[in-house]
Amino acid sequence: MMNLNTGFWHELWISIDDLAIGTGIALTVSILAIIMGTILGVLIGLALTYGNFVLRTVARVYVDVIRGIPVLVLILTFFYVLTIWGINLKPFQAGVLSLGVFSAAHVAEMTRGGLQNIHKGQNEASMALGLSFPQTFISVLMPQALRQILPTWINTVIETVKGSTLVSIIGVVEITLVTQQIIARNFLTMKFYAVCALIYFCIGFSIERAGKYIEKKIAIK
Amino acid sequence: MKDYQYNWDVIWRSVDDLLYGLWLDVYMAFFSVLAGSVIGLVVAFALVSKQGFIRRIAQIYVTMIRNIPLMIIVLFIYFGLPDVGLVFGEIQSFVFALTIYAGAYIAEVFRGGLVAMPKGLTEAGLALGMSSAKVNVFIKIPLLIRSVMPALSNNYISLFKDASIAAVIAIPELTFQTRRINLETFKTIEAWSSATVIYVITCFFIAFLLRRVEKRVAVPK
Repeated sequence: MMNLNTGFWHELWISIDDLAIGTGIALTVSILAIIMGTILGVLIGLALTYGNFVLRTVARVYVDVIRGIPVLVLILTFFYVLTIWGINLKPFQAGVLSLGVFSAAHVAEMTRGGLQNIHKGQNEASMALGLSFPQTFISVLMPQALRQILPTWINTVIETVKGSTLVSIIGVVEITLVTQQIIARNFLTMKFYAVCALIYFCIGFSIERAGKYIEKKIAIK
Repeated sequence: MKDYQYNWDVIWRSVDDLLYGLWLDVYMAFFSVLAGSVIGLVVAFALVSKQGFIRRIAQIYVTMIRNIPLMIIVLFIYFGLPDVGLVFGEIQSFVFALTIYAGAYIAEVFRGGLVAMPKGLTEAGLALGMSSAKVNVFIKIPLLIRSVMPALSNNYISLFKDASIAAVIAIPELTFQTRRINLETFKTIEAWSSATVIYVITCFFIAFLLRRVEKRVAVPK
């Protein structure tokens, strides 16, 4: 008779492929969401800082509404509501889109903060030097704003990676869902959730450390 | 879209359920935030402790929890801990998980406040013959709570939103109710837009209350 209860290490060994694939998918979702969120967020942040009244109001409503609802609600909304309008997103796409929209709101807010913290005199100085606004923005404002934003941006990246657990609810087979599938097979509930937590910890901790390193590298001495 | 019939009746019929869900969210978040603040305060003092061992333990707690998604902590406590004989009910498990999670974030906020506190205050207290415990209780803690209130209220709001994750262990809170309405009636747009409105209004209301508290307790300049 075959022994079904083969112990934790054996179970871990045979699930390592699945866990690796799950980690890959979680990272892909997060990276795509962060890229989308950063681009969209910076644009919205610019609208918040330099836009005219209409643009500013629209951006403000976007940021406040998105920051006012939980990520889980955002994910489920994108997954269910878009279908009604004939946009049939796969769970993976809905996950990326909702996490991207979520991180965009946070990036927008920090972009606005970063840009508004720069002393007004610098704008005036660049104008006096005859720089156009795009020139001022690229070579004067942006480098300073980026330095200031980086620590908060790293936080948003970690929050987005953590938010990517929630896409398991709409059926994206990332680490959490893989873990649940493994547990359904071997019932080693506590141990495999601990493994899952450890994977997330490693990802988050590496991002945190990398962020600290870059921060030190680019700091003004 | 052409076949979609709006029917807001389904929302009016379940308005009690939605409000009950909201109440559960507020209730769970309130107790977690309360307990989490106490943990956070203790851990913050441990984080700046002179004893390396205590500092290390506190650092491990904060770094671990901040890098593990809340959903994994919830699943670990609710499904995992029964493996070692610790069985909690749904709401207990969730409040427990959110408390541990909140503690780590709030500890960081308090630590920031402690580090920024002028040294002269402690020295003045000691010079008056107060013990260092008395300095902590009567000088540092009151000032600390007043000075970190803005950062604290941001955390409180995001912890309220995190209560939506209780839906994954089938606690009938707002997100869970919304999803149920969605799946039972297929009135997707109505369901998710109501949830969004309820969440946004509640967040604004909590923010409004906390701003008033902030103003009342702010240290005059």
